[in-house]
This record gives sequence, structure tokens and C-alpha cells, in this order.
Amino acid sequence: MGITSRIRVLLTAAAFGTASLSFAAEPVRVAYIDPMSGPFASTGAQGIAQFRYAADVLVNEKGGVLGGRPIEIVGFDNKVSPKETLIQLQVAIDRGIRFIAQGNGSHVANALNEAIVKHNRRNPDKRVLYMNYSAVDPVMTNEKCNFWHFRFDANADIKMDALTDVMAADADLKKVYIIGQDYSFGKSVASAATRMLADKRPDIEIVGNELHPIGKVKDFTPFARKIMASGADAVITGNWGADMVGIGKSVIGAGFDGPIYTFYAASDGITRTLGADGKGKIRIIGPGSLNPPQTERVGVYVEGFKARHPDKDVAQPRITHVVSMLAQAINDAGTADDVAKVASAMEGMEHDSIWGGKVVMRAQDHQAIQNVYVMAHSDENISHDLDNSGFGLLREATVEQAGLNSPTTCDMQRP
Amino acid sequence: MDWFLINLIDGLVTGLLLFLLSSGLTLIFSMLGVLNFAHASFYMLGAYFGYQISGALGFWLALLVAPLVVGGLGALVERHGLRRVHAHGHIPELIFTFGLALLIEELVQFVWGRAHVPYEAPAALAHPAFSIAGNAVEAYKIFMILLALGIFAGLLWLVTRTRTGLIIQAALTNPQMVQSIGHDVPRLFMLVFGAGTALAAVAGVIAGPVLGTFPGMGVVLGSIVFVTIVIGGLGSITGALIASLGLGWLTTFAKASSFSGADILAAIGQEGVADTATGALADLTTVTLPQIGDVLPYLVMVLVLVLRPSGLMGRRET
Amino acid sequence: MRAVLPWAVAATAIVALPFTFPGGGTITILNQMAITITFALSYNMLLGQGGMLSFGHAVYMGLGGYGAVHLMRWIETDGLSIPLPLVPLAGAFVGLAFAALVGLISLRRAGTTFAMISLGVAELVVASAVIMVTIFGGEGGISADRTMGPRVFGSQWFTAAEVYWLIAGWAFVSALLMYLFTQTPAGRAANAVRDNAQRAAFLGISPARTRFVSFCASGVFAGIAGALLAINLEIVTDEALGLQTSGEILLVTFLGGVGHFAGPVLGAIAFTLVKTVIGLETPFWGLYTGALFVVLVMFAPRGLAGIIADHLDAVRRGQLGKLMVPYLLVTCSGLAALLGAIGLLELAFHLREAGIGKTALTLFWTGMDAAHPLPWVAFATLGVAGCVLCYRSLPTLRARLAEVRTP
Repeated sequence: MGITSRIRVLLTAAAFGTASLSFAAEPVRVAYIDPMSGPFASTGAQGIAQFRYAADVLVNEKGGVLGGRPIEIVGFDNKVSPKETLIQLQVAIDRGIRFIAQGNGSHVANALNEAIVKHNRRNPDKRVLYMNYSAVDPVMTNEKCNFWHFRFDANADIKMDALTDVMAADADLKKVYIIGQDYSFGKSVASAATRMLADKRPDIEIVGNELHPIGKVKDFTPFARKIMASGADAVITGNWGADMVGIGKSVIGAGFDGPIYTFYAASDGITRTLGADGKGKIRIIGPGSLNPPQTERVGVYVEGFKARHPDKDVAQPRITHVVSMLAQAINDAGTADDVAKVASAMEGMEHDSIWGGKVVMRAQDHQAIQNVYVMAHSDENISHDLDNSGFGLLREATVEQAGLNSPTTCDMQRP
Repeated sequence: MDWFLINLIDGLVTGLLLFLLSSGLTLIFSMLGVLNFAHASFYMLGAYFGYQISGALGFWLALLVAPLVVGGLGALVERHGLRRVHAHGHIPELIFTFGLALLIEELVQFVWGRAHVPYEAPAALAHPAFSIAGNAVEAYKIFMILLALGIFAGLLWLVTRTRTGLIIQAALTNPQMVQSIGHDVPRLFMLVFGAGTALAAVAGVIAGPVLGTFPGMGVVLGSIVFVTIVIGGLGSITGALIASLGLGWLTTFAKASSFSGADILAAIGQEGVADTATGALADLTTVTLPQIGDVLPYLVMVLVLVLRPSGLMGRRET
Repeated sequence: MRAVLPWAVAATAIVALPFTFPGGGTITILNQMAITITFALSYNMLLGQGGMLSFGHAVYMGLGGYGAVHLMRWIETDGLSIPLPLVPLAGAFVGLAFAALVGLISLRRAGTTFAMISLGVAELVVASAVIMVTIFGGEGGISADRTMGPRVFGSQWFTAAEVYWLIAGWAFVSALLMYLFTQTPAGRAANAVRDNAQRAAFLGISPARTRFVSFCASGVFAGIAGALLAINLEIVTDEALGLQTSGEILLVTFLGGVGHFAGPVLGAIAFTLVKTVIGLETPFWGLYTGALFVVLVMFAPRGLAGIIADHLDAVRRGQLGKLMVPYLLVTCSGLAALLGAIGLLELAFHLREAGIGKTALTLFWTGMDAAHPLPWVAFATLGVAGCVLCYRSLPTLRARLAEVRTP
């Protein structure tokens, strides 16, 4: 075999990949573009396991879509880099995939969003849809909203609105410290918190509003000292990954006693690492709550997942919504090729969540409206723990249909 | 005053931790001439082995065993890897350590997973030793300070007062001469490399519980260790100590402060500029010292290299 | 004639490749490759030809990319009538300007001083990129639309295929210019300074000024590579100027071989293939790349170009036949060892990640069951046997190689 033909084999292997056919009918493929290697690989590995399980249990075992076609999740490793993401998007499109799922990193999501808008405009016959299951930058359903993007998580403003509602009800709360990573998401958390607290409880003083470099801080102790010195009653942070563990451990280690309100302080080893130290302190805001389960279905679903993946968690409840609602939209549209029809079917869709409550895909900005919960890191009354640590998230407060009437600047352009 | 004192202690902890890494690296660098990119990976291995061994034998034994194991690995790497590459020059050596760092990080992820592992300080030290104005200082941190100071004293004694130390010093400046008077220089290189990685592993074992044990922990520390030894002057243990402490305090106080670009403008009587600034200028006026605290060491390094290429305590040019 | 031949081959390859592999994904990979080639060649102007080890070369590529992306935005918003094929000049200009600035303070010495200054400057630029959101767009970067300029060659640059001709063309011209640079007095002086700065100084060549010229020229081509990146993806983020990108290009250049002009080209082609093709198939591409570099540096420290050069010599003297048998032995046994190791790793990973009950997988185009002992035993046997055989046959190969090299 000559060098050229060897390269050709490699390239063909790249182009066609390893499509495994378990159904006779051609599968509807969804490209899952998230980190599968590098520092954030555990998030990506958790995500794809949840996607595959959701596709199997919620769709394929019930007969698939369009009368028997299964949904297949194809993984693409983007190493949480915008550049790699765009290359992988190109490869996915070249392979004929029309549905893209991505969630980690708002900067990646924004790059992907813009690239998909450009691609769909330039290639009307090869359009793709973007299922954003986790990136929460409000911009994507405001200034940069578009017909091809759907967001299944509550965006940062909606979460902060719900969180500040809960915080405002706490009469003892006088001083709040905000700390976050120095990038767009950290900044939007900080500005939303300042704005909304000033609006709801003008008597609450923001005693600190700080940004630190993302993923670069070796030791958070000096920040923790400042938080102690400020006399704060509560801390708000949008940190994730190692930065979340770092700030959590050092603030608790410095002797802080009040609540630490977070967005991403669960699973991926974080729950296990915070362990007993975080009890009574760490709070997390987000959709989907498991302790106690709100429906019988979800208990069965999560136990089934744990039976298949004992060392992973169903950490991103909205993945079930992505899969179910996409299947529903494909069936309603009667096609998996004309994505404009699928998108139209998705707009305004109402879905009974297996987690309890209702999910509505708001047509005006493609933002999913759902219940949002404030949950506490605890080991009491936990029937479903995270990281197999005995600790899990206990529901403390519920905001029904959070952000139902939230404003949006989106001016949706439909083809 | 309380503010100053508490940050003085925290900065000391950071600085001494940096010293454990930089003292080993400065010896390796000046002796073998290798920019060892895998040094921080051995630090990470120290933390993971510490976690694993302390689960079986308890923290104290882990503190003894893990560095020995990692130091042994380091010696093996020198004996069977670096020595081979050495003949081809410095850049292949550097690429070797580059590849090794990548390999170690990936292997750690494969064995221990990508998430944090729950590595905790021993229960006997996991309580506040004292507190200053409501800020708890854990007994564990006091232990870290004492251990690092002990190692500094031991190293200084070893290098300046023992026969081995004298040979090491001689080999630093003139390896051929030392070889020709009958010392086994390759073996010395192997020992120094092993000892250096063992020191890095000690840092890993004691830092893991405080700074978190995860596959990215080596990268986060990464190049800052090089910065330290370059500022301190190559081959100088005292220089490494001074630079480590200086950088520890610099970054800690920077993060603990709350200066911003606007404050500096105000100090020089240009308040108006901050209010009217737009675009890139506005970005500069809103930046705060804590935001850039962790890159200040690089600024210091560039300045040192431009003004005094031999570093603070170095006797020869880098 | 002999000097023109490789360039004619390269030009033919550039034209022929898209038609030879028309399958989807090819163009994406080729674009990536052309950009990496330009960047790696510009890096080798420092490392291979000038003896300067830089840890921050991506800075010049990244800044060039930002320059180009801002220009594309101005074309869009202010209606500047600049055709897209001229945009890389903006990248070249920004690369040159910043290289001249940094060169002023960092080139008195080569060696570690220069390397550490380049590292420090890179960290500072990365930090500034995060702070100066207006210029660098924070972690989200700056994006633009390449289709807004005036139409050239009837193209509006809608697809990756159209852009390929632009990128490949610029890469070819840049490579040619960089080659011609090595033939100029400045290029020769760079070699002299690399080999012995002191002697060069005695001969009246100023090492600092020579390095400065190389450094600026290298900045120009890095900037062009950055601009091509900006045109290809229509976005530039801070990772383009980050330390990881800088480290990667050092590896790429070394993989190809720093001692030969074409070395970085080989390195860039090989690395892009490894990263995109293998990266699609396995999450362990990082592990495999790390292992590749450790093995390469131990057994072939002169890179791919070095391997080829060694054997061209043997071919010329008609001695390649002597090497055939030991090569066959080492290659086959080495491949078997590799196959075994990869197989075990992938099996273990599959068992852990795919979930209980999902034990079927496809490896090396073969279906197998990870729960069954058979594939484990097979891969382990293959690996161990390969290792032993490879280790045994290496000395023979080395002896023959030495024999062939000494005429």
C-alpha cells in the first residue's frame, strides 16, 4: 500500500467514522461537541453518557422517531476550545449530521452559535440546528438570538432572578460578597446579582465584587481572607471546575459560616471533594431536582442510569429535555432533514418533564422556561447522591416557571 | 495590622511551597542544563501517590514513602531517558521533558480519573491553630511552614557542609574536571535528578490537601517554577528561597489588595481620565491588582532578565 | 533544476490534493495543515536557522490573527474596499510590529535568557488579552465575516473549499519567501550566529542585529499564519496566542526536524493528521502524542526530516538493501507492541466509560467484546511479544545503520 493510498484510508476513516448500526433504519445522528480530552474531559464524558442513556431509554426503546429510526449520539472532542469546536462542527457537517448538541463554555457556545448562523445562511441545503444544553450566557437568547439555536438550561439572568428572590426573603442577610472568574459569564453573574439585589433589597450591601483569572489561581486563600474581613453574610460565585473547588475549600477553611450560593458546585468530583465541609454552606441554583424525587419516573430513570454507569451521575437533568423534545419535534415535523421544519415544531413546544413540572420552549427567544430550584449540599434525606459520596442536593426552595415573563431583546428572524 | 499579619502567613505558605519545587529544579537545571518541563508533573505525582498511600498507610507514612517512590521514578527517567537524549543537546532534552509531562498528565487522568480526588489533611492537623481577627489559620499550614524550613536548612547543610555537597558544587561549574578526578558524574546527575523530583513530590504530598488534587494541578503551577529559579539565579538555593518567598508574598498581597487602575490615576491626580476613558483605555482603568496578581511574577522575571541576566543570587549568566 | 523540483512537487500537491480526496472533511484538514505549515516554518526561522528557542511564538501568530480579524470587521462596518486575499498583509504587519518591539529587549543573548523572556512576554500578552476586552474580545474572542469585501476571482469566499485556494496560495508563497530568506546574507548570518555567536562577532557580524532581523522576519510569517487562521475560522480567540499553541508549534517543528528546511512542513502534516484523524477516534490522542514525542526524541532526535535524510544517503550509495531485513523486523515488532498497548488501553477505557452491559466495541475495524478475556489476552500477547522482539532486533539495526553511515 503506497503512502497516498494509506492517507486516503485514514481520511476516509475520518470522513465516515465508526457508525454502528443497531437498527435496520438509518439513525438520526446528533453530534455531541464537547470536551472528551484535557482538563474538562470528565464533564464531557458525563454528558455523553447521559445523552446516550437518554436517547436509548427515552426514544430508542420506545420505537425511535419517524416510525423506527433511532437517535444516535456521535461524540466530537472539542477540548473546550472555540477553534477546535469550529473544526469539529465542519467535520460533523461534512459527515451529514444536522443536529449539534453542545454545552460547556459560553465562549465555545458563542463561537459555535455565530458559525452556525453563517453556515446556515451560506448553505441553505445543509442547515444544522444547535441544541445548547448548558451554556447560559444571556446574550444567546437576546442580542445574538437566532432561529437555529435552542437553549435548554435556564440562562444566567433567570437563575440569578430566582436566586435573588430566595435571598431577598432572608431578612438576616445584610452583606453579600460576589466573586467570579474573569470572563463574560463571571461578569454577567456579577452584574446581574448587583442589579437584582439593588432592586429587590436595597438594604443589602455588596461588600465585595471581585474577578480572578480563570483557571490560573493556585491559591484562593487571599480571596477567602478578604471575604472574611468584609464581614459578608453570604457569597455568590459562578465559578466552575477547579476554580469552584478552590474557592469553596479556602472560604470554608478560613472559617466562613454563611451560605455560598453557586451555579456549578456539584458532581464531577466537586461534591465528593467538598464533602462534610460544605454541608450547611454550599447552595446551588438550577433546574431539575432529585431529592426528594418529584415523580416516580425520574427515580426509575436515574436508578437505571446508575446501574449502567455506577461511577457517573445524572448531573445535567436538562439533557432528558433535549433528547425528548428533539424527538418530539422531528416527529411533529415529519422530517429529520429539513431542520427549519424541526425548528418550527420546537418553537413553543410544551413538554412534561420527567423531573416534574413543565418545560416550555419560548418561541420569541428559544429559551426553555422551567422550574428552577435552590438546593443545599447535604447528606440528610438524600435518596440520590452525587459522586457516590453520600452527599447530594436537597431541595430548599422552588421557583415555578422561572423567567416566564422575563424580558428579552431578541428579534427572531424566521426563514 | 491584622490584615498584614494574616497575609504574611499565607504568603509564607505559598512561598515555601514554591521553594520546595524550585530548589530541586534549580539544582537539576544548573547541573544537567535541562529546562525540566516535567518537574511540576512530579509534583502532581507526589500528590496522587500521597493520596493513594495515605489511604492505605496513613498520611505520615505517605509523606515519607511517596517522595521516595517519585524520586525513584525520577532517577529512572534520568538513567534510561534523559541520559540517552543528553548527547543530542539541550533542545531534544527539553522536548523529552515536554513529552514526558504530557504523558504523565494523561496517565494520571487514566488511572485516577479527570475529577478532583478527595485528598484531605490528616485529622490531627485539620483544626485551626489560632485565628487573627476571625480568620482561622489551620494547624496544617503551620506544619507546612515548619517542614519546608526544615528542608531548606537540611539542603543548605548538605550542599555547603558535606562532601557530596562539595562534589555537587564542583560538578556544577566543571563536570569534566570532577569526572577526571575519579567521581562518577553520571551517577551524581541521576542522584540529583532523583532528589529534585523527590522534593517536588514532598511539595505535592503536602500541597494536595490544601490546593486540591486534580490532573490540572501541575499545569497551574507549571512555568511559575521556572520564573522563580530564573529570578533567584540558577544553581543558587538561597536565591531560590529569596525568589520563592518574594513571589509568594507578591502574589498574595496583590490578591489581597483592592487597587485598580483608576486608583493609580487618582494617586497621580488624573481622576478625570478614568471617568471619560472609553475602549481599551477603559479596560485598563477598571483592571484591579487581584485580577493580575498571578501574572506579576512574569513581569518581574522579564525585568530581571533585561536588567540583570544572572538573576538575584546567580553567579553566572543564564 | 534541483532547487525548483521540490517546489514544483509542492505546487502540484496543493492543486491535486482536493481532487484526489474529494471526501467531506478533507478540505477542513488541508486548510488546517497549510496554516500549521506556515506557522511551523516561521518558527523554524528562529529555532532551526537562528538557534533561538522561543516559548512564546504563538503571540505573533495570535496578534496577526487579531489584526486580520479587526480588518475584516472594518471591511464589513466601514465598507473598506479591501479584497480578502490582501487581508494577510495586515497580519504580517502586526506580527512584524510586535516582533520588532519585543526583539528590542530580548535579543542581546540567545539561550535560556531569550527563552525565558519569550515565556514571560507570552504570559503577559495572554493576561493583557483577558483584560483588554475591547481589542481581544475576552475569552470569546473577536469574530468577523470574511464574505463582506469586494468580489475577487468571482469568489465571495462562502465555503471552505474556496478559502482553501487562498490559504494554500499564501502558505506556498510564504514558504517560498522563507526559503529565499535562508539564501540571503541575512539568512546565512543567522546560521553563523547560531553555530558560534562569538566567532560571528569577530567576523564583524553583529549577533544581536542578525537575530533581530531573523526575529522580525519570523514575526511577519507568524502574523500571516495568524491571518490565515482568522480567515479560515472567522474568529480569533486568546488561545491563538496562548502558551499551549506556542508549545505545540515547538513540538511540531521538532517532530519534522529542525535541521532541514522542509522538516517543519513534514512535522505540520504529520501532526495535523495525528490530531484530527486520531483525535476523532480516541480521547487518548494526548497520551499517544506524548508517547510519540518521548519515543521520537530518544530514537530519532533529528525528526522525520533527519530519518529521511539518513536514508537518502543510503539509497544514493545503494546500501538500502542492507537495512531492509532489520527494518522489517523492528517495524513489525514495534507495530505489534504499539497495537497491543493501544488495544489494552482502549479496552480498559471502554469497559469503564461505556457503562455496564455495553461491552461490545469496534477496535482496528474489528468487532470485539471487552468483557471476554480473548481480546485482552490477544492484545497482551501481541504487546509483550512485540516488545521483546523489538528490543532484541534493535541492536542489529543500530549496527547496520552505523555501517551504512560510515562510507
